Amino acid sequence: MLNTTLKLKDNVFDKDVEQRSTREGYGEGLLAVGKADDRVVALSADVTGSTKTDLFAKEFPERFFQCGVAEQDMAAIAAGFGVSGKIAFISSYATFSPGKNWETIRTTIVYNQSNVKIAGHHTGIVTGADGATHQATEDIAIIRTLPDIQVIVPCDSIEAKKATIASVSVDGPIYLRFTRDKTPVMTTDETPFEIGKAYEFWKEEKPEVVIFGTGHLLFHALVAAKELEKEKIAVSVVNVATVKPLDKTVIVNMAKKAGAAVCVEDHQIAGGFGSAVAELLASEYPVPIEFIGLADTFAESGKPAELIEKYGLGSNAIKKAVKKVIARKKS
Amino acid sequence: MIDEISDEKLLEIEKKAVRIRELIIEQLVEAGSGHTAGPLGMADIFAAFYFHILNHDPKNPDWEDRDRLILSNGHICPVRYAAMALAGYFPQEELKTFRKINSRLQGHPHRTSLPGIETTSGPLGEGISQSIGMALSAKMDGKNHHIYCFTSDGEHEEGNTWEALMFAAKYKIDNLCVVIDRNNIQIDGFTEDVMPLEVLSSKYASFNWQVFEVDAHNIRMVVDTVREACAVHQKPSVIIAHTIPGKGVSFMENRFEWHGIPPDTADVAGAPPKGEQAKKALAELRAIREKLDGN
Repeated sequence: MLNTTLKLKDNVFDKDVEQRSTREGYGEGLLAVGKADDRVVALSADVTGSTKTDLFAKEFPERFFQCGVAEQDMAAIAAGFGVSGKIAFISSYATFSPGKNWETIRTTIVYNQSNVKIAGHHTGIVTGADGATHQATEDIAIIRTLPDIQVIVPCDSIEAKKATIASVSVDGPIYLRFTRDKTPVMTTDETPFEIGKAYEFWKEEKPEVVIFGTGHLLFHALVAAKELEKEKIAVSVVNVATVKPLDKTVIVNMAKKAGAAVCVEDHQIAGGFGSAVAELLASEYPVPIEFIGLADTFAESGKPAELIEKYGLGSNAIKKAVKKVIARKKS
Repeated sequence: MIDEISDEKLLEIEKKAVRIRELIIEQLVEAGSGHTAGPLGMADIFAAFYFHILNHDPKNPDWEDRDRLILSNGHICPVRYAAMALAGYFPQEELKTFRKINSRLQGHPHRTSLPGIETTSGPLGEGISQSIGMALSAKMDGKNHHIYCFTSDGEHEEGNTWEALMFAAKYKIDNLCVVIDRNNIQIDGFTEDVMPLEVLSSKYASFNWQVFEVDAHNIRMVVDTVREACAVHQKPSVIIAHTIPGKGVSFMENRFEWHGIPPDTADVAGAPPKGEQAKKALAELRAIREKLDGN
């Protein structure tokens, strides 16, 4: 059942549950940190409106810098700000940043330990109609392999705002991952959020499987859990917003409790969030794991719901993965 | 404000430049790897900056009002390390650790390893952008320090460089001065063969930068040109510094073969045989130093 202590939305499974994009949460969070701290500067590479950086730009034009279509330049300028006492946010589509400018980020922001927050937008196949060129599905992999950077993938717009605000309290590089499409709002302002902490959104006393989810697909994991309950299959669903560093305690304890796991993300299976969980559990407490994500394929244009179904990222695929991992556990 | 340079000071800096060249050769021989031609070519400029132009404090490298010297082409770091050691940032003895394990003197400079290094660099084309971030920060904070960015000519083949040039002109970043090490060589050969850059000055001018050119081995002219560049308002400025790669060592001058190798690791046309190169180079530099000492 939904973990009531986390003060989640009680109408989360209703048809009319509020739908908002995580990029909207980012825009609000950026504006909030801009108001709270005049060290905050924001840079954009010609996608100011669609990354919701425009809220900040309108309020603080003197602290906003339009770089044009130049993601490498944007990253390195931000690196210069970040070592000069500023807190710099850079925003673009994640296929371009950290995609196109990955080496610039590696050298000038991460290895250089500059205080830059990298907002990757239009991530996952839910970017939809733009097609695979604009659906960032490798960004977690290429960023989390860098030492000394934290990676946060908010599950909804409210968590996105909290993550953006919390990122300022970390003196160093952070990657924040956002989506374009409107997705169900599962959390409330009262739901706890702390960088580095995982939270059990769907709780069972004796789960047969634990589902670790990151990002907006967490909703599909919750739907799967509710439907599996009717089939008398008990699972737990854990929201792992901080992909790096992982909440080792919660993940290992949940793996011990359930004895099997399913990892869910809107990203390539290779190198992503599920891989990070597998790396941890392989050395701490190996259990059978199934992975929900893109199986070594680019997606295509389409509506987000159609793409989720076709590429096997939704609740039906998650339920199947749960049953498969239970069978593996028993065999 | 940068002072004009006196005859006395000029001679002192010329001597420092030769000493920097000797330390470059010694570092490279000790390390057994690294770049030779570029560092030797930039020794006069580094001497002029560390011993006259820069407003800095080697004992307080994080002083927030210091001028920033960004080295975009990080591979020539032996010249920076040598200048920093002579200026008192760290003991000269430490130069022997260059490129070795547990050293603060990384093969390409790393900001958080060594106080006084302003950026991590090596991958090319990123320095001007980072300088822009520092220059804008200084303006926002009402600071008067200057940002100098040293770049190579070869790294102007990187698209990032031109992205940065457009941005700096758009935002009228006049507390930034770029110095180009125009030595005409890169790893694969002469720049004009690998990818022609000329007319470089016209390119900068058309990007709305104030352009200066200087003989990089005339230290008085270097100082005067930087003074002029710093006085430019409402525009970023660039100094195309014409350097002789390998300057000071007869058999290395203008030879692109010396871009990325240290002395005594390979037989190079026109050079003494392996094993004799460092000795000969140091002897030539010593002769120059003794001549200056005689003045």
